[in-house]
Amino acid sequence: MELAFLEISELAEKLRNKEISSVELTKYFLKRIKEYDGASGLNAFLTVTEEEALAQALEADKILASDPHASVLTGIPYAAKDLFSTKGIRTTASSKILDKFVPVFDATAIEKLNTEKAVLLGKTNLDEFAHGSSTETSAYGPSKNPWDVTRIPGGSSGGSAAAVAAGLVPFALATETGGSIRQPASLCGICGWKPTYGRVSRYGVIAMTSSNDSPGTIARSVKDLAITAEILSGHDLKDSTTSVKEIPNYAANLRSDLKGVKIGVPKEYFIPGMQPEVEARIHEAIAKLKELGAEIIEVSLPLTKYGSLVYAIVTPAEISSNLARFDGIRYGHRSKDAKDLLDIYDQSREEGFGDEAKRRILTGAYALSAGYYDAYYLKAQKVRRLLVNEFDEVFKKVDALVCASVPNVAQKIGNAKDNPLFGYIADQLNIPASMAGLPALSIPCGFAKAEDGDAIMPVGLQIIGQQWGEQNVFNIGHAYQTITDWHKKYPKGYGE
Amino acid sequence: MTEKNNTNSYTPVIGLEIHVQLKTKSKMFCDSPNNPDETVPNTNICEVCTAQPGTLPVVNKEAIRLGTLLGLALNCKIASSSKFDRKSYFYPDLPKGYQISQYDKPIAEHGYLDINVDGEVKRVRIRRAHLEEDAGKNVHPEGLGYSLVDYNRAGTPLMEIVTEPDITSAKEARIFLEELRNIVRYIGAGSADMEKGTMRLEPNISVRKPGQQELPNYKVEVKNINSFKFAEAAIEYEVERHIQMLSEGQTPKQVTMGWNEKASQTVEQRSKEEANDYRYFPDPDLPVLNLSDEFVSNLKAALPELPAAKRLRFKEEYALPDEDIQNLVNWKELTEYFEEVVSEIQAWIQADRSKEDLLKLVKMAANWCLQDFSALLNAAKINPSESRVTQENFAELLKHIADAKISVTAAKQVFAQMFEHGGEPDHIIEDLGLTQISDTAAIESAIDSVIQANEKAVLDYKAGQQKSFGFLVGMAMKELKGKGNPAIVNEILKKKLE
Repeated sequence: MELAFLEISELAEKLRNKEISSVELTKYFLKRIKEYDGASGLNAFLTVTEEEALAQALEADKILASDPHASVLTGIPYAAKDLFSTKGIRTTASSKILDKFVPVFDATAIEKLNTEKAVLLGKTNLDEFAHGSSTETSAYGPSKNPWDVTRIPGGSSGGSAAAVAAGLVPFALATETGGSIRQPASLCGICGWKPTYGRVSRYGVIAMTSSNDSPGTIARSVKDLAITAEILSGHDLKDSTTSVKEIPNYAANLRSDLKGVKIGVPKEYFIPGMQPEVEARIHEAIAKLKELGAEIIEVSLPLTKYGSLVYAIVTPAEISSNLARFDGIRYGHRSKDAKDLLDIYDQSREEGFGDEAKRRILTGAYALSAGYYDAYYLKAQKVRRLLVNEFDEVFKKVDALVCASVPNVAQKIGNAKDNPLFGYIADQLNIPASMAGLPALSIPCGFAKAEDGDAIMPVGLQIIGQQWGEQNVFNIGHAYQTITDWHKKYPKGYGE
Repeated sequence: MTEKNNTNSYTPVIGLEIHVQLKTKSKMFCDSPNNPDETVPNTNICEVCTAQPGTLPVVNKEAIRLGTLLGLALNCKIASSSKFDRKSYFYPDLPKGYQISQYDKPIAEHGYLDINVDGEVKRVRIRRAHLEEDAGKNVHPEGLGYSLVDYNRAGTPLMEIVTEPDITSAKEARIFLEELRNIVRYIGAGSADMEKGTMRLEPNISVRKPGQQELPNYKVEVKNINSFKFAEAAIEYEVERHIQMLSEGQTPKQVTMGWNEKASQTVEQRSKEEANDYRYFPDPDLPVLNLSDEFVSNLKAALPELPAAKRLRFKEEYALPDEDIQNLVNWKELTEYFEEVVSEIQAWIQADRSKEDLLKLVKMAANWCLQDFSALLNAAKINPSESRVTQENFAELLKHIADAKISVTAAKQVFAQMFEHGGEPDHIIEDLGLTQISDTAAIESAIDSVIQANEKAVLDYKAGQQKSFGFLVGMAMKELKGKGNPAIVNEILKKKLE
């Protein structure tokens, strides 16, 4: 039976038809994790929760047996980026400072999936505290791209992307701050949804940049993303930045044509240095959208180039504050050599944080210091406002924007290591939408040959919507997937 | 502007920073209980107030309401748009590594509080009042090589009130604090108890040289003050210290001092030069706080009578002496009780008595509240509402005194009984046999026998010795077992001796 690369809706049907039980499905994916993951494998999982998963699956089977209206996610295995707090299950944020940390509560997203009786298989690798675009800043080593294990899966949600791409799990929770869902989804040839800021609760997601962080999902199809979006979205009393806005029936509303849909192509997103083959795939995808009935309009977003600069200030500033709680007092790593209070702070943080986290803490603290705050943080927030206004203007003319998710295909592991600016370049096409809090997808749209080798690697199409415009981006992505099969491709060596 | 310095002497310049803990059910940003009386460490805590990774703050609406109310009571302008900021520093009792406070957009600013200093009204301007969360408490077990942290207090709501440096003496500071405490209690915003730490004071003190107009170029902050008495003592101590230094041509160092209550002096804690850079920035987890005009005006309309207005009314309506008024108003619960007794009195007096009678009874009520009742309450360490004496019975007893049914001495006995066991005064008077004798025949016969038995005293009186009259009254009262109506006894005795 071919299960590894089936979509959520297909697996749900098999569960409902009693072709398979959730316990069997869970064991099946756990076996695949054992086979393909681990430190010598993809290194996508940091923690595998076999025992808990089987217990959850057993419970899901009971519900499937008794309730014909059980949720589509009942009994479906998933993985969660190790940034989501999971009660009783180790949660590390890929940092040594939380190496042995076991939370006392579940993140709202986890709670929602628990309610649906989805089955958590484990926690996936990420860049330390989500600081990075390759998983190479993880304290537990990088994850590998299943399309070529010498290459990065992207990041920060690289573990989630690699796990889904290799068929180790049907879908995974991930988070975005500035490309951390779209970029790895693109590099691993799968689908990623970065929600509108405030659509999905951040409660229990270890904070990186509070004003940007958007928990979302990585899955095999846009339809799967829409299914998970319906469940994960919504106002949360524990997160004041979530919206009470109504949640559409994203999946049921999906359509297979794009008649009357206006799609903008921002010329600034075809940047110098972009791989020509990637650019070609994007133009091919745009042609497909036109074929589906969409009206394609060239638009201009001249402030795009400032996105990464704003990000480079706001992000470390908020990080420096959000990481202050990791002080060795209440939880996490405390230095054994500490002799007094100052030592506890200095040495615990020195030993616990990796280079990138330290770099961002220092930069951020500087940007917030008296005398610099106005020049950096405040100014960045003003530019951010301008970016939002510019998007607002363009969305008066179009329903969505399309462009590349990433200007290049996945590069080799190790290349980014000594280049702290790597992420800012890799994510430059993602960051403006993040800074404006907009919803966006990355979906596979073909392959391109890597410029630094012979590998043929996936290319991702980015679809950006206006605030709360999830339905539009899902519709465009889904219509595209009704006439293409890029999302059905999977890497060699992971078949059954 | 601060008052002009016209004097030839050293003039203290004092500004106050006061933290008032707001009486909400739950903490400022989570639903852990806000209970200042909790004694078991780390019981009122949750994942949010201990800053577990991934947790987020959610503003407590009741804290906003109480903060707004307090701002209004201090005549502040309430911000239609306010926000919360993160104030960063490391300390074990600060779980997030930052405190959520308000930096440049406090919920209330530009207010004032008028206080009464020796009969003069003095206005102290309020610069700002903002909401913030409290920290936990570090505990250092004696003789052990480690410290512990109790997070019960972490995240409880505070209102920080900052005055302009308008205060010029320790006494003014104390009066201001008392008045602020009264206001906080009257509007139900908190207990404002310095001993319990639900109100905390940090005065900023400096002294102007004779004739100096501008503000001094230094100030000294004093911490660790936990009573009104210490507040006054600490300020006085500092002022003296500054004057001493200034007169010797020195300028006091800009430092933070701590009040050492055993030594009755301030001790340097840390130098301001090493002050933190708090790296304030707006908390992205909390949306901007928009307070509608309607919300604010509804609260303004709902403000109860504040102490100043109450004092004025007590003077106008009841003509009570200033000191009695002050003492009553300083004890909110006693004032409430007193007013309930007064309304009981009013209920039956309207029918058949004059205004003077009413005022006399009200005065009597105030005296009883402030003397016997207060003494009993203090001894029992309870509030009026917790006592067994109902307002109705209290009024009833006063009525019996006014009607001369019992003597004041006897009434004290009855009141003690009422306080101890409850019950109606009528029954107690009867049980104790304390009904006053106003029957003239009985009194006459008692006086006759006293006159017979005390010939010498009678002669002395007739020879002009006034004090013999008092002696004879005493003897008559003794004969009447203390129950004789003193007015009638006096009257009849006088007549018989003529």
